[in-house]
Amino acid sequence: MTKKASAPSTAETAAKPASGLAHKDAPINAQLTKEQRIDLFRQMVRIRRFEERTLRVYQQGKIGGFLHLYIGQESVAVGTVSLKGQHDHYITAYRDHGHALAVGMSMNECMAELQGKYTGCSKGKGGSMHYFAPDKNFWGGHGIVGGQTPLGAGLAFGLKYKGLKGSCLCFMGDGAVNQGAFAEALNLASLWALPVVFVIENNGYSMGTSLARSSAATPLAKRADGYAMDWEVLNGANIWEVRARTAEAMKRAHESCRPTLLEMDTYRYRGHSMSDPEKYRDKAEVEEYKAKHDPINLLRADLLADGTLDEATATKIDDEAKAEADASAKFADESPFPPPEEIFRDVYWETDNPDKRTSQGRLFFND
Amino acid sequence: MPLITYRQAINDALAEELTRDENVIIMGEEVAQFNGAYKVTEGLLEKFGPKRIIDTPISEAGFIGIGIGASLLGVRPVMELMFWSFAYVAFDQMINNAANVRYMSGGLMHCPIVIRGPANGGTAVGATHSHTPENFIANTPGLKVVCPATAYDAKGLMKAAIRDNDPVYVMENTILYNEKWEVPETDYVVPLGKADIKREGKDVSIIAHGRAVITSLKAAEILKAEHGIDAEVVDLRSIRPLDEETILASVRKTHRVVLVEENKPFCGVDAQIAFMIQDKAFDDLDAPIRRVSSLDAPQVYSMPLEKLQIPDAHRVIAAVKTIC
Repeated sequence: MTKKASAPSTAETAAKPASGLAHKDAPINAQLTKEQRIDLFRQMVRIRRFEERTLRVYQQGKIGGFLHLYIGQESVAVGTVSLKGQHDHYITAYRDHGHALAVGMSMNECMAELQGKYTGCSKGKGGSMHYFAPDKNFWGGHGIVGGQTPLGAGLAFGLKYKGLKGSCLCFMGDGAVNQGAFAEALNLASLWALPVVFVIENNGYSMGTSLARSSAATPLAKRADGYAMDWEVLNGANIWEVRARTAEAMKRAHESCRPTLLEMDTYRYRGHSMSDPEKYRDKAEVEEYKAKHDPINLLRADLLADGTLDEATATKIDDEAKAEADASAKFADESPFPPPEEIFRDVYWETDNPDKRTSQGRLFFND
Repeated sequence: MPLITYRQAINDALAEELTRDENVIIMGEEVAQFNGAYKVTEGLLEKFGPKRIIDTPISEAGFIGIGIGASLLGVRPVMELMFWSFAYVAFDQMINNAANVRYMSGGLMHCPIVIRGPANGGTAVGATHSHTPENFIANTPGLKVVCPATAYDAKGLMKAAIRDNDPVYVMENTILYNEKWEVPETDYVVPLGKADIKREGKDVSIIAHGRAVITSLKAAEILKAEHGIDAEVVDLRSIRPLDEETILASVRKTHRVVLVEENKPFCGVDAQIAFMIQDKAFDDLDAPIRRVSSLDAPQVYSMPLEKLQIPDAHRVIAAVKTIC
């Protein structure tokens, strides 16, 4: 079993973008074309600009309920999803905008979903926390902390049962590790040798409760030892490291049908949700991360330094992302709300397919 | 027609569906090597092998969640709960995930899973092992729930449940596992949502589900023999979907109703049935609707007291006598 707990702070590697970020030379990264490298940057920028735009829409009162932003963590979703093969599947928790855009969902459908519009990815029935795109191997978008972890193991079970060489990447926050379902999922994944990669996106806070106040022992990934599972802690702000180490875990899933628990140190700049006053942390802490650990800035500097990117291209990518996000807000504004009869669609497969109905009797009980 | 036990009927249903569709798998505690805690899955491991008949650790939230996740990729898991009482530790998976993923994805996904096991009191196992959660499940749009009372229905409903593309939760009864009924050897399915008149009568409709049907049939015999009352016994079989037409037709025939269930009374299944009858057949009623449920306390351990707690024929007869 390989296991590795790197130093809790990987600031040293992160702070030296000029000399190239660590793991940049790993084969999985070295093989990328110039355009592929630029595209990693583009996807991260798109997620950032999309979410900044959602923030404005939220402040305009157009988004109901919750909005959990991923800002600061983009390297994790983009890095891991960039490794996706035909039979690699992804599932995450409620902070799901980044993964959704990374797998190829459009800004339009995501923005419209936030506003509860009919053109949204779930026709306005899921909202921010519940994005899904099974055609892109993306299975949500789950609102209950830790509840998606057995599902991720189940997707891996399904792949193995059907004899497909694939994996399921199952994401969660650091708060999820203290849920019972997570412990059960780890045990079963290892016991049954399921091709799943559990990814803890450790942003330091489970809602407003810091890691130190919620988990008795760190690193969190070390819990895998209790289940005879490989584990590793890595710097989630460095997309090269995310790709290199996740690729190893996915290879373990593909080749050996073994699970892995990865803990990626990351940071969210915004509160847990938009209703979070953030009294539990210093502004200075946030500013420190923005200045030294921002995954987009790190990659930008790295690609500028090695000549992959020039300032004009970087600015153009940023401008395009802003324009795309603006257009998505306009698209959402102009989209209709779902008609009232949509309340009763998509409840049962059978009532959505009445010509194939086999049951009889009443399925809805409105007075 | 051969007489077979309720247990054997379910075993046959599972074996036939495992044979018919290679995506069907069985998963649960002790289902494989131990042949099932109640022997419902006896012999399946030997016949279908460990890839499809899978022992799980005692980890309901984990393995039910795995079944749901696998179903999204087209596996058709039949999950055994040793007792439905154990569902409560997996409720997040069963309610939030299985029932809601289709809706929250705007219809992009469906979850063809069956969760089955016994849900009954009456065996002196105390409050933690005696729950009857069909009302909880029926309260959740997106789920279907059935409660077979006979071997014939258990087999036919189980096959229908496994072929269904929505989550179907099947509630069995340990007291019925050894009871025998006539079951045809031919392939048949009992559609979900179709009630069954288990006994024709003209004076009163006794409407029940699960083992309460058997209790009601006993009561009907005594009512006929000793009181000259000709009771009709309607077996719901399926709670959601619900066969309202058969219920209402019986009410319009007899004009009197006694509802019998082993659920607790508050927001039990029969609360919904009673509402529906007064709403749709008020003018057909010649008397108030009566209800016989389990006595409203946690399930008592002591055997003589538990016999009092669960509806028996005498309580059903007493209820009928108040309106006939």
